[in-house]
Amino acid sequence: MIEIKDLHKSYKMGSNSLHVLKGINFSVEDGELVAIMGSSGSGKSTLLNILGMLDVLDEGSYTLDGVPIKDLNETKAAQYRNKFLGFVFQSFNLINYKSAMENVALPLYYQKVGRKERQEKALKYLEQVGLREWADHLPSELSGGQKQRVAIARAMAAEPKVLLADEPTGALDSTTSYEVMDLIQKINDAGNTILIVTHEPDIADMCKRIVHLKDGVIVEDKKITQVRASQYV
Amino acid sequence: MFDIERWQEIFDAIRKNKLRTILTGVSVASGIFILVVLLAFGQGMQNGIAKEFEADASNRIGVWTQVTTQEYMGLNPGRPIQLRNNNYQAINSKFGEDLENRSPFFRVRNVTVDYNTESGSYSVQGVSPLFQNIENQFISQGRYLNYGDEENVAKVVVISNKIKRELLKGEENPIGAFLKLSGINFQIIGVYGDKGGDREEDRLFIPISTAQRVFNGTDNLNMLFYTLKPSASLDETVAKSVKLTEDIKTYLKEAHMVAPTDPSAVNTFNTLEAVKRFQNLTGGIKFFFWFVGICTIVAGVVGVSNIMMIIVKERTREIGVRKALGARPRAIVGMILHEAIFVTSVAGLAGLIFSMGLLEFVGPNLQIDYVLNPSINFKVALSTVCLLIIAGALAGFFPAWRAATIRPIEALRDE
Repeated sequence: MIEIKDLHKSYKMGSNSLHVLKGINFSVEDGELVAIMGSSGSGKSTLLNILGMLDVLDEGSYTLDGVPIKDLNETKAAQYRNKFLGFVFQSFNLINYKSAMENVALPLYYQKVGRKERQEKALKYLEQVGLREWADHLPSELSGGQKQRVAIARAMAAEPKVLLADEPTGALDSTTSYEVMDLIQKINDAGNTILIVTHEPDIADMCKRIVHLKDGVIVEDKKITQVRASQYV
Repeated sequence: MFDIERWQEIFDAIRKNKLRTILTGVSVASGIFILVVLLAFGQGMQNGIAKEFEADASNRIGVWTQVTTQEYMGLNPGRPIQLRNNNYQAINSKFGEDLENRSPFFRVRNVTVDYNTESGSYSVQGVSPLFQNIENQFISQGRYLNYGDEENVAKVVVISNKIKRELLKGEENPIGAFLKLSGINFQIIGVYGDKGGDREEDRLFIPISTAQRVFNGTDNLNMLFYTLKPSASLDETVAKSVKLTEDIKTYLKEAHMVAPTDPSAVNTFNTLEAVKRFQNLTGGIKFFFWFVGICTIVAGVVGVSNIMMIIVKERTREIGVRKALGARPRAIVGMILHEAIFVTSVAGLAGLIFSMGLLEFVGPNLQIDYVLNPSINFKVALSTVCLLIIAGALAGFFPAWRAATIRPIEALRDE
């Protein structure tokens, strides 16, 4: 599903250049649930942003579902993001003036799905994350965990090939975190490929594979036995 | 490019961001409102001043005489100069082809005028038929003086609407009735009105010949009045009128043996020069209001641009989210411009309609000196609205385009 070869990325900080990713080789199969771990500054978020086409790579190659991702202009990148990827952010990034349902329906708007069908689908996905009754509420009326579940529903609504989550539990307490992880595990059980960036070991243990990043290189990449989040809920 | 989905998305955004929409709308609407009212007032002032000049024919020349102040050809200063019928006739034959209207003028002030038991004191003026044009008078009933009256030394009188109201109370049709002027019966032949208003209506007109005979004027005249045939351009007419005035002066000084340098024995006034000044003045006023108006538009454009920039800045994060969800740059720019144009159009038109409505209702009832019926050219107002819309769209376009083309990760980082 994801194939990365010799990926380099550096940022210009004034006159200095900060080499963030120093040759990453990495691949993800269909249906995997991968945790990308590392301390802050290890380059894990940068890697996720490049995977999500939110940022561009300097060197190396990136293939997503057999499509080489290179020389993207913003229009092309937008198309690919819409078709291939769903995002879950640490700070939720819901649009504050739209209701939960409208937020979930938004990626479908950019897929040119009709209004009626958008709403039906949005309700379906809200149902899956257990927030059907909250469909008409604004993000400001939802708790953190509910917001993140809306964000996950939104990411799933476009039926992406890969779900990318950047510290999805970073702003939540542990109980809520486990609820969100439970949801993510269920989505993964249904066959979706998911990548999670986290620095919390207990969250990482709930994935099927852990990739450790340190100073821009992969220091460890191991498959683990998944801890089910449902036992904590 | 009617896209129902896009419209729904925009109405959503507008409905849920009322404050933002209202602020944008109010600034656009008030800009248009101020501009329209300003330009209308400029027009109103022009109308008002024009109205002030309507009282008399705008190319009127008047001639009158006083005492000499300089010794000349052995004659002492302090000698009174009297205009006479032969002066009037001589001027007619010398300069007749340049003249449009002409009238001699003999005035008797404070004449007691009686009608039955009513009595009043008015100025009685002996004039020729063309005096009507010189004074811009209109006839409400009956007729004005004619040359037949003058030849027959007829005892006929033209009264004003005001005198009719004051003396002939309740008289529907005063034509044919008799007035006593200083005890002598005069038959009313007409009722006139003057565009200059009531203060120009304290006068009764009788034929010049009658006036001179009845009021012991022999062949004396108080004034001579003329209007000039208009030339192709105003400048030309003014030049001609100034020359004619000088020629008449020169002739009269010669005829009455007045020193050519005497400043006050023979006097003239020439309204055309005043008209010229007035035209320059209204031109100036118009320019001033346009200048202020254009400054208002510029301020409006800057204001709208500012708001658009702030709106885009405020929505940067939202734009990042939308892009992460698969919005293309075109969709982002389209969304922002669509909203901007829609809001400015509606607000601009609202401001236009409101201000035009205000002018429509208040304008004609306005009672301010020198301001009359303020109004505005609809095309000018409409093109101003268009200008503001285009400015708002342009001002929104550049930041929107920038926000749409930067990488979403930067937009998402924006707090």
